[in-house]
Amino acid sequence: MTNIIGKSVKRVEDKRFITGKGRYTDDIVLPGMLYAQIIRSHYAHAKILNIDTSEAEVMEGVIAIFTGKDIAEAGINGVPCGWQVDFKNGDTMKEPPHPLLVADKTRYMGDSVAVVIAESKALAKDAAEMVKIDYEPLEAVVHAEEAVEEGAPLVHEDVPNNISFDWELGDREKTNQAMAQADHITTLEFVNQRLIPNAIEPRSAIGDYDSTNDKYTLYTSSQNPHLIRLLMCAFVLGIPEHKVRVVSPDVGGGFGSKIFHYTEEALMTWCSRQIGKPVKWTAERSESFMTDCHGRDHVTKAQMGFDKEGNIVGLRVKTFANLGAYLSTFGPCVPTYLHGTLLQGLYTTPAIHVDVTGVFTHTTPVDAYRGAGRPEATYLLERLIDKAALEMDVDPAALRFKNFIPPFDGVNQPGYQTQVALQYDSGNYEPVLRRAMDMVGYQELRQEQAQGRENGKLLGIGISTYIEACGIAPSAVVGALGARAGLYESAQVRVQPTGKVSVYVGSHSHGQGHETTFAQIVADKFGIAMEDVEIIHGDSESVAFGMGTYGSRSLAVGGSAIMKGIEKVIEKGAKIAAHKLEASKDDLQFEDGKWTVKGTDKSISFGDVALTAYVPHNYPEGLEPGMDFASFYDPANFTYPFGAHIAVVEVDTETGKVDLKKFVACDDVGNVINPMIVDGQIHGGLVQGIGQALFEGAIYDESGQLINGSYMDYTMPRADDLPSFETDRTVTPCPHNPLGVKGAGEAGTIGATPAVVNAVIDALAPFGIKDLEMPVTPEKVWKAIHNNP
Amino acid sequence: MIPSKFDYERANTIDEAIKYLVEYGDEAKLLAGGHSLLPAMKLRLNNPVKLVDINRIPELKYIKEEDDTICIGAATTHYEIESSELIKGKISMLSQIAGSIGDVQVRNMGTIGGSLAHADPAADWPAGMLATDAVLVLKGPDGLRTINAHDFFLGLYTTSLAENEIITEIRIPIPHGNTGTAYTKCMQPASRFALVGCAAIISKNNGLCDNVKLAFTGVSANAFRDAAVEEALTGHAPDVDNITIAAEKAALDADVLSDHFASEDYRRHLAKVYAKRALMEAADNL
Repeated sequence: MTNIIGKSVKRVEDKRFITGKGRYTDDIVLPGMLYAQIIRSHYAHAKILNIDTSEAEVMEGVIAIFTGKDIAEAGINGVPCGWQVDFKNGDTMKEPPHPLLVADKTRYMGDSVAVVIAESKALAKDAAEMVKIDYEPLEAVVHAEEAVEEGAPLVHEDVPNNISFDWELGDREKTNQAMAQADHITTLEFVNQRLIPNAIEPRSAIGDYDSTNDKYTLYTSSQNPHLIRLLMCAFVLGIPEHKVRVVSPDVGGGFGSKIFHYTEEALMTWCSRQIGKPVKWTAERSESFMTDCHGRDHVTKAQMGFDKEGNIVGLRVKTFANLGAYLSTFGPCVPTYLHGTLLQGLYTTPAIHVDVTGVFTHTTPVDAYRGAGRPEATYLLERLIDKAALEMDVDPAALRFKNFIPPFDGVNQPGYQTQVALQYDSGNYEPVLRRAMDMVGYQELRQEQAQGRENGKLLGIGISTYIEACGIAPSAVVGALGARAGLYESAQVRVQPTGKVSVYVGSHSHGQGHETTFAQIVADKFGIAMEDVEIIHGDSESVAFGMGTYGSRSLAVGGSAIMKGIEKVIEKGAKIAAHKLEASKDDLQFEDGKWTVKGTDKSISFGDVALTAYVPHNYPEGLEPGMDFASFYDPANFTYPFGAHIAVVEVDTETGKVDLKKFVACDDVGNVINPMIVDGQIHGGLVQGIGQALFEGAIYDESGQLINGSYMDYTMPRADDLPSFETDRTVTPCPHNPLGVKGAGEAGTIGATPAVVNAVIDALAPFGIKDLEMPVTPEKVWKAIHNNP
Repeated sequence: MIPSKFDYERANTIDEAIKYLVEYGDEAKLLAGGHSLLPAMKLRLNNPVKLVDINRIPELKYIKEEDDTICIGAATTHYEIESSELIKGKISMLSQIAGSIGDVQVRNMGTIGGSLAHADPAADWPAGMLATDAVLVLKGPDGLRTINAHDFFLGLYTTSLAENEIITEIRIPIPHGNTGTAYTKCMQPASRFALVGCAAIISKNNGLCDNVKLAFTGVSANAFRDAAVEEALTGHAPDVDNITIAAEKAALDADVLSDHFASEDYRRHLAKVYAKRALMEAADNL
């Protein structure tokens, strides 16, 4: 179906989801399957003195109990980290092992101590309660800036001061000079709080060892099945990759938390091998709160320098990044290469230096969560510029306009080289902010705000502009930055003899609608019906390879891999068509699903060409039969979506409650394949960004207990907390990928958070309030107003 | 997510339920709507051996008017109370309270008797019971007894309900004369229980309040009537100035809870704000 790109086609996957027919890992039941209950530490930091399994072992239905000692004796390695960050002096980061089950001591509340395997989930749980573990509780440290102090409890004995790495980017000397000469310096000290991802489907893993063929299958709720296979085979279990199949069926959300290789995946695989039967583990919700990797958790001091005219002259940033108890797969990358590299923002800042210390604490490991590093960078910049506007008494929009990088399309003008390693592909920043201001009625709102203040009504208007780096990423670039994997994508376009098309793609959908968006591209380019295209993903046995879905990369990288396959099909099809039409290939044009000899009515359809390829009776000499192309696409650059968000809030002075009255977003994600899906991605992202601003935040007490690890205690944003969003787009195509697309998965989250916080602080300006910590809860606002810290 | 093993009995009459309670003693637990009990069981915080389901006993489900009193069967759901025209007409605050509980699914399952027996410090119903001077009817092996709501709540999750007793009915006197009622609630944002819930009833005679009743939930370990506020407004006109002065006295002597949603100071402050809002709304409803 030509011209279906750009149409809001309804999502083909939704029928099975909304009729309850989605098939998630926990829905899979295999013959003879056993169930695992993982015993988790209640202590954040404790020595394991003794584990007595004798009573549990003889209970009904119990098949096996394994402890950290068994894992250590079997010589199983811990789960690896996928990204290396070096110290400033060149030393490699400290990377202590993350064992599948701990043997000596526990390092966070939720650390896996033992696993009970039984004939049912209930029996496993009953038996787990009877395993007696003697702990010697130890002092814990939960905050990064406290963990680096002399004498702080050590998470790993061989990691001095709990520092995994200290890292810098940018020009320290130049930045210090620029700051020394600045006419105005705005300083911001803040915590970008720890968030719990809360995918609606809890993590689940089934290990299934088949002794007949000495083959393993792992079913896992993952965004990243092929990478899990690579990491688990090569680094943890030492089993050959061709003997392992990893399947990620339907996955109910991830937001980053299901990118990583988790201990439970390798543990279930290993347990199944020991017992010879399939073993399933599915997280309970409280396990999800405790053990799904958390996000953010930065403590930052940042300074932005300005000249007399309000031009930014320098930016200096010092961050302590809490990595949790162990390095997760991409843990070290998030606060460094996904955060420091984005500190140019949309601004022409000529000197930037960022210093990041990665710190272990007795908390859940921290890794990528929707936005991953870019929300941290954007929050920092957008709070700084708003605070500067307040201090210098200029309009926050005007200060942004003054400092925006001028437009460049990446074709006629070169990309923009930042001070922090990246080169932006294309950008035109002023129009998104102008459009967002028009949408919200900025000037009128300022008047309404001024009038309201006279009557005690506290209206606040908060702007945020952002840029992000997605389409992750050019392999050579990320390799140089420490990635231990390439970040290309693979796709196989298989045209069946009847002209129907199966596309096997390494991008994994966990809610993004790939089965629709990718099918639109294929249907459009081949001129065939959407129903004639099937998108297959999430199974290492059918999909050649994949680097998974995260960093808003599926369309920019996976979609481009599909485009390469499409081009190969059309190229080969043209040869077959030319032969059948007895014409020169150069005289053909491919349009509306058929090759036509230009200027004639002689044509052959896509389906007939496909059939000819498989029934090659009358066929070009020397051409291979078949129509099946595998492609790998390695992007030339990251893509750089951008946008402007404006939040309007009203603050209740009596209670401190913030009412988010209006939220407008104008985003530029490059070309758009399915506007409805992009809108959905933006809306979902906004909700999570607003969630961080106003509601969410993991709280640990000093002993390392997670005290709000349930939906009774951890505030998720809900529909009735939110206004109806107004969204719009500008389109600045990506110059370096075939679809001109940039990515939309994280944009909303990145832009929304500072817009809301800026709005609250704007509302509170009459009280002289310049900073508030997230989440901006009613009590914090009330205390700020009443000067009652 | 999987409770410990338990046996399940469904009682068809009140007496049958009491029989099970007597038979199984402290191993038994009554199951009504289950919206507090079942999550606790799934977390294995509560591990009853015998679950006695009273949710389908017809004689526990009704709303009726009798002798100037609204009588509600203990297993009546929040939704049934919220949507009762009788209650809306006679004591609208009760339908406000019911409608503020959880979400539709919770209100369709949860029951007033279950909520009262559980005595969660942040539950909404206790404030309404205290403000209306409700009387609870309890039945045990020795028959019926009645108890004032004031004497029923003893503390955190603690009531004067005996181990082998069931709440069978809640009796709420219908206010007379020129009376306005209101319930205002500051929701705990995650659970949507009451961070502070305030039930207020104002009766007016000759332009002045001759009877003021104000009760809080969520503020302390159990719900309580706030006599200081009531006394401060009684004898005065229910206008904004007088209500503001009276509300300032809210929760002054209370032992106020503190958690990560609201410190003691903030909660006490909220009590004043929500007392004022409840009284203003009750005055509007006169």
